Amino acid sequence: MFKNLMSWIEYRLPFMDKMNLHVMQYPAPKNFNFWYFFGSLAILVLVNQILTGIWLTMNYEPSAEGAFASVEYIMRDVDYGWLLRYMHSTGASAFFVVVYLHMLRGMMYGSYQKPRELLWIFGMLIFLVLMAEAFMGYMLPWGQMSYWGAQVIISIFGVIPFIGDDLTLWIRGDYVISGATLNRFFALHVIALPLVLVILVFLHIMALHEVGSNNPDGIDIKRDNDGTVELTEADKKFTFHQYFTRGGKKVIVDAIPFHPYYTVKDLVGVAGFLFIFAFVIFFMPEGGGFFLEPPNFETANPMKTPDHIAPVWYFTPFYAILRAIPDPLFGAAAMFLAIVALALLPWIDRGTVRSVRYRSELHRWNLVFFCISFVALGILGVLPATPTYALLSQIFSFTYFGFFALLWLYSKNEKTKPLPVRLT
Amino acid sequence: MSNAPVDHGRRRFLTIATSVVGGVGAVGVAVPFIASWNPSERAKQAGAAVSADISKLEDGQLIRVEWRGRPVWIVKRTEEMLSQLADTENRLRDPGSAEPQQPTYAQNRHRSIKPEIFVAVGICTHLGCSPTYLPTDFAAQIEGIRSGFFCPCHGSRFDMAGRVFQNVPAPTNLVIPPYMFIDDNTILIGEDEGAA
Repeated sequence: MFKNLMSWIEYRLPFMDKMNLHVMQYPAPKNFNFWYFFGSLAILVLVNQILTGIWLTMNYEPSAEGAFASVEYIMRDVDYGWLLRYMHSTGASAFFVVVYLHMLRGMMYGSYQKPRELLWIFGMLIFLVLMAEAFMGYMLPWGQMSYWGAQVIISIFGVIPFIGDDLTLWIRGDYVISGATLNRFFALHVIALPLVLVILVFLHIMALHEVGSNNPDGIDIKRDNDGTVELTEADKKFTFHQYFTRGGKKVIVDAIPFHPYYTVKDLVGVAGFLFIFAFVIFFMPEGGGFFLEPPNFETANPMKTPDHIAPVWYFTPFYAILRAIPDPLFGAAAMFLAIVALALLPWIDRGTVRSVRYRSELHRWNLVFFCISFVALGILGVLPATPTYALLSQIFSFTYFGFFALLWLYSKNEKTKPLPVRLT
Repeated sequence: MSNAPVDHGRRRFLTIATSVVGGVGAVGVAVPFIASWNPSERAKQAGAAVSADISKLEDGQLIRVEWRGRPVWIVKRTEEMLSQLADTENRLRDPGSAEPQQPTYAQNRHRSIKPEIFVAVGICTHLGCSPTYLPTDFAAQIEGIRSGFFCPCHGSRFDMAGRVFQNVPAPTNLVIPPYMFIDDNTILIGEDEGAA
């Protein structure tokens, strides 16, 4: 009976076939390490954001008059409202932690290189939408930092020559940031951008499954079936979907099925992540003033500028680049370029050896200095703009872009180590 | 179904023509979605320029009008106030109004269109309190200067052109809004017909 029902469905919608293709018979390299936790964790956080977000909208009031009070209401009077809100606000920061580590993984192992360029581009688009989503979400509580942070970010668009002023007016829908701005950001935050985000995540995973996962060694696990590939006992153990063997034209080495091997491995990552996540939610939900900034516990007041306006931590590296350049137009352009440069990595990196394990010492140090620059800019972005810090921001902005310039220069004729034949 | 040979030229023309017409339609449909983000009529009305009658303004007097929810001062400065503007320039943070806190037509020593009529947003650039106008008692704040603005919240001091003194919390000069004279007795705040 059940079997008949299943085959009836399968004939009309090949559900089990797709599950096999993408989960049970999806070949994943056997050597995934710690750095491969963050993709599945990003999905976990996305689900957390969507669920808690839907529940928050049930009590949130998107208006300049009612927003701040409704958030206080959620925190104090709604059963478990505080938990839902802290899960959502901590989830926003967790999302960026996970995504930044996920991006670093891609940079370390050259996962953006051919043929994964489009996969990387989808990832960068997800990152962009995520930043827009986080910025608009931070405005919704309508606290002081919501208001003045939005003031700073929207005014960045004002530096565009000729159309800047009209553009900011159009974005705000008013001459100052007002309820009109809040309402449209609410609509984008809860409907438009989540839809785009989910579609992009779908495309990201589809593009991944088409070209296959990279791995810490950066070598392919799908080989041409020309009779020269020696299969081990382990290679013969698993059945992979015929789509990946291209009807026998390819053989797959050193792979294990995604389920159950990596679903179980990822569960360990989930447990570790949730341990830290829950600790933050219960014991430091404001993240030391970095996840929820102190001025945001005061309702938005257009007449009163906070002493020091700093964006939430995940924007600070880019904010530091913006501030490092005195000219507002070039500052905004540099900030934009800092993100574009990342998106262009597949073409800036002219090398063919993917993983940092087999690339030159120069590349290893270049990557280390890039990470140092990024973290340093992140710290400088929350500090006030004193002359010393401004100079440091300029130096680290220079080294941030220097990473890309150097990479482009040395990657064409880089002295790399020999690649292994099989995964190590 | 006929078996006539495919006319590729005709097919291409029809494809392009359909795409162009459809594209025009898509642009047309986008208009209401994009235009609905413009300030609404209500927002425009709330943000509209306000006019003020200055015919009865006496020498040294300050009047306030509200524009976009903020107090805007109109002061008729005396000869003495204007002459003292030059005296303290070495003690100001930004005597030449280099920071873009004013329209270009107010980027001068008196920071105004007409030297005697001073128009400014009466909000301290530090934390948004409204400074107090001291037409005769400012010497207690800055020695030798008879008039100026003093912010009671954190002690920021501004001269009679809204220029900030050094060593006070406020970082920049007071904001000068866009404004224009409709005639000698009427001033329109919030609109300058693009003169900026």
